[in-house]
Amino acid sequence: MYISISEASREYFYNGKEKTTALYKVNLEIEKGEFICLLGPSGCGKSTLLNLIAGFDKPTSGFVKVNGEAVTRPSENRITIFQNYGLLPWRNVLRNVELGLEAKKIPKKERRRIAEEYIELVGLSSYKHHYPAQLSGGMQQRVALARALAVDPEILLMDEPFGALDAMTRMSMQDEIERLWQEKKKTIIFVTHDIEETVFLADRIVIMTPSPGRIKSIIKVPLGRKRDRTSADFLEIRDRVFEEFGFKESVELDFYL
Amino acid sequence: MNLLKRAIKAVVSISVLIVIWELIVLTGRFEKSLLPSPAVVFTGMSKMIMDGTLFSNLGVSIARFLTGYLLAVLVGVILGLLLGWNKNVWSYIDPIIQVLRPVSPIAWFPFIVLWFGIGDAPAVVIIFIAAFYPILLSTVSGVGNVDAIYMKVADNFGIKQPELLFKIILPSAFPLIANGLHLALGSAWVFLVAGEMVGAQSGLGFMIIDARNSLRSDLVLAGIIIIGILGLLLDRLIRLLENRIKRQWGVTLEERI
Repeated sequence: MYISISEASREYFYNGKEKTTALYKVNLEIEKGEFICLLGPSGCGKSTLLNLIAGFDKPTSGFVKVNGEAVTRPSENRITIFQNYGLLPWRNVLRNVELGLEAKKIPKKERRRIAEEYIELVGLSSYKHHYPAQLSGGMQQRVALARALAVDPEILLMDEPFGALDAMTRMSMQDEIERLWQEKKKTIIFVTHDIEETVFLADRIVIMTPSPGRIKSIIKVPLGRKRDRTSADFLEIRDRVFEEFGFKESVELDFYL
Repeated sequence: MNLLKRAIKAVVSISVLIVIWELIVLTGRFEKSLLPSPAVVFTGMSKMIMDGTLFSNLGVSIARFLTGYLLAVLVGVILGLLLGWNKNVWSYIDPIIQVLRPVSPIAWFPFIVLWFGIGDAPAVVIIFIAAFYPILLSTVSGVGNVDAIYMKVADNFGIKQPELLFKIILPSAFPLIANGLHLALGSAWVFLVAGEMVGAQSGLGFMIIDARNSLRSDLVLAGIIIIGILGLLLDRLIRLLENRIKRQWGVTLEERI
């Protein structure tokens, strides 16, 4: 399996005594090229899980493996996209996108060419000399996407990337990320608390619940691309997710246990 | 429009001040040498400008000012980067700085003369001391407050020292450093004059002492006004620079009066 998470727990200790379990014995297998959404309310450990895969954090027990190797530190093969973009305000769009390429010691000319290619890919060519503060939230997140894709990672980790955007911009960004995913064949793990977003984007929706954070269930989304947010199939799956969280009266008896 | 309004207000308030000053002089209750009239002071000022004493003294002062200030910038920023980065060492240095900082640079004057002799050096050292603390402290706090997300991004893209320092830490601390440079400039200008009054045979501060020694209170006042105007101009210049940096960095500008 490409990414395998096995019995992974993450506990935090306060004053060496009190313990909170952010993540409890999580098992998850992800195939190469899959689009996975981690869905759940705050405190369910979805961001913790994402940080473990990114290598920003380590599990207190269990393991996270990518390509058979245990994850111990961040890598430019797994780039994280943050909710507040993480762009460097003192660099213009072009230089922001070049950031990761500089660390890879790619020569200047080549760097510029790659950066321009990815800026074009996210549709910001006419803004390449602008600074982040001059761009809207959606545009800033596109820059962050271009910067991530420019170093050609195999895995994109997205931590509520569209959480700070308005509903309209959000939908166009969802279209955008789906297009980029299909074009660039990345494995994407996407954290969100927006149910419709997961149904629109995910191959599989991993539903998580809090205290302690763990996986409740996994829902496959067997819909073709590009998905129609208003189709009956779409709404049916959305309803199933709603049911999982108890937001909708279920007709299935076993739910009333 | 706003600028015009402010200019008008400035002209009005200064005119009123001059009128009040003239009225007080006209009452005849103060001796001429104790309170020279505006007209006499302006004549004195234009004489200083015409015969070149102002510009030769100004040139000397500016040279000392730049030497002391730029030296403080260099030492303050480099030391600040090192100490801000190494919290452990800083916790030992900080108490010493806190004790030395409230001491007026003038208090060091006896030692400064013993250690550095006379001539340009004492004034330069006093300016250096006056500018050094604000620059050091703002750099330390700027480096200590680098947004965690920048560090995460750098970590993710594999940016290591020394690139980390120049590409992430220093630019991210820059708005705070610019603030320190602004404070230091004001403080250095105040102590430039003080320094030249106690230890120099030329410069703006000496110009005032010289006028006092020849009992020319009109020239004393003329010197004070010139120093004030120059200080204001310097402040506006660096504030322009600071605001430009802050705008670029996306720091919101608070209204200043």
